[in-house]
Amino acid sequence: MEWASWSDFWHMGGYGFYVWGSFGVTAACVLVEVVLLKRAAGETRRRLKRMQQWEEQ
Amino acid sequence: MNLYTYASPANFYTLAGRLIPWFAWGAGILTLWGLYIAFFLAPTDFQQSEAYRIIFIHVPAAWMSMFIYLVMAFWGAIGLAFNTRLSFMMARALAPTGAMFTFVALWTGAWWGKPMWGAWWVWDARLTSELILLFLYVGIIALWAAIDDIKRGDRAGSLLTLIGSINVPIIYFSVKWWNTLHQGASVSVTKAPSMAAIMLQGMLILSIAAWLYTIAVVLVRVRRIILERERQTEWVKALLEKES
Amino acid sequence: MKSRHKKLMVIVLALAGIGIAAALILNAFQSNLVFFFSPTQVANGEAPTNRAFRIGGLVEAGSLKRDAGGLTSHFVVTDTAKSMNVVYTGILPDLFKEGKGVVAEGRLGADGLFTATQVLAKHDENYMPPEAAHALEQAQKAQKSVVR
Repeated sequence: MEWASWSDFWHMGGYGFYVWGSFGVTAACVLVEVVLLKRAAGETRRRLKRMQQWEEQ
Repeated sequence: MNLYTYASPANFYTLAGRLIPWFAWGAGILTLWGLYIAFFLAPTDFQQSEAYRIIFIHVPAAWMSMFIYLVMAFWGAIGLAFNTRLSFMMARALAPTGAMFTFVALWTGAWWGKPMWGAWWVWDARLTSELILLFLYVGIIALWAAIDDIKRGDRAGSLLTLIGSINVPIIYFSVKWWNTLHQGASVSVTKAPSMAAIMLQGMLILSIAAWLYTIAVVLVRVRRIILERERQTEWVKALLEKES
Repeated sequence: MKSRHKKLMVIVLALAGIGIAAALILNAFQSNLVFFFSPTQVANGEAPTNRAFRIGGLVEAGSLKRDAGGLTSHFVVTDTAKSMNVVYTGILPDLFKEGKGVVAEGRLGADGLFTATQVLAKHDENYMPPEAAHALEQAQKAQKSVVR
């Protein structure tokens, strides 16, 4: 194991700010992409269904 | 049943729907495995101590930013040459994820450069050409958004993608062709990797995870585009009917 | 002219515009693509004399001197063929070490002293645990003594 304690782990040998700044923003980017995509996919389906129901009437 | 079956959007829609969970789960599991290696198994570095751990996302993201562009250019070229509907849809579905990885590569690079080099950003050939890649992605997405006519938009965007693909070899070889602050490649086909085995292993696992993630989100996106474009067809109508 | 053709023209013009812009940007970078000059290039007069530029090389072992109580440091940048004296006032990056790569931006004085306004560390593409680096160093030393 590389780390003596959890505070050691978060500290990253003094580079915690940069390491977590990198990994944190990457995680945020991935999360935002997934959430936006799910939302857009749901929105498209609902809209197409509405259009179809409207056409049938 | 042959491969051409899946060139039809209807069949591809079904196939993609079945494949997405596998790629998504694979990406998730490999990400956890890769991060475990990156933070708990990989030792500290002799020069950069813990700051080097940024490499575990920086390099996979930078690879993806270039690979995705080339795949996009490939689908664009196929679309332009054979006028296949699905190819253009694939190209459109790839762009946002490519832009995301380019941004991540630039961002993590800045946060690595500051503590190690002493600067967030320098205008050397590697960094500048990667920034141009981000502008290309944004420009292509904007061009697609600006042209209402789908077919014309497809062609214009793919043409711009093809023109811009000259930038990819420039990015890759910039550290060889010019004096750059950015170091050379640690992993390449022409020489043995200059990394400890466990570090390399973590980086490669996270790269595969990035691939699986990309495939999963691109398939979700392409399914949405297929529905949108084929909404007048019988199969989409039947599909939506069945769901509601 | 049909509106279809007009639109096509707009797109073609837009693409041409992007192409020209890219060409101009690349041309502007041409002068900047040489990110730094080596001391040998500077000695051959390849570096600009009228403006600031960057030099790159290794920090010569044993050359680093820090002024007592100040932030000013003196060191020698070498490419093993030629070397240059550099003075810099400011905080040196963490990776700045004797025997390691460095890129310094500044001006070359008439006396040959390079006054840097920014010093960046240039590291290589090798990553390994400290024990492995130590073992490698020992092996290289052993090999050298055999050759001698």
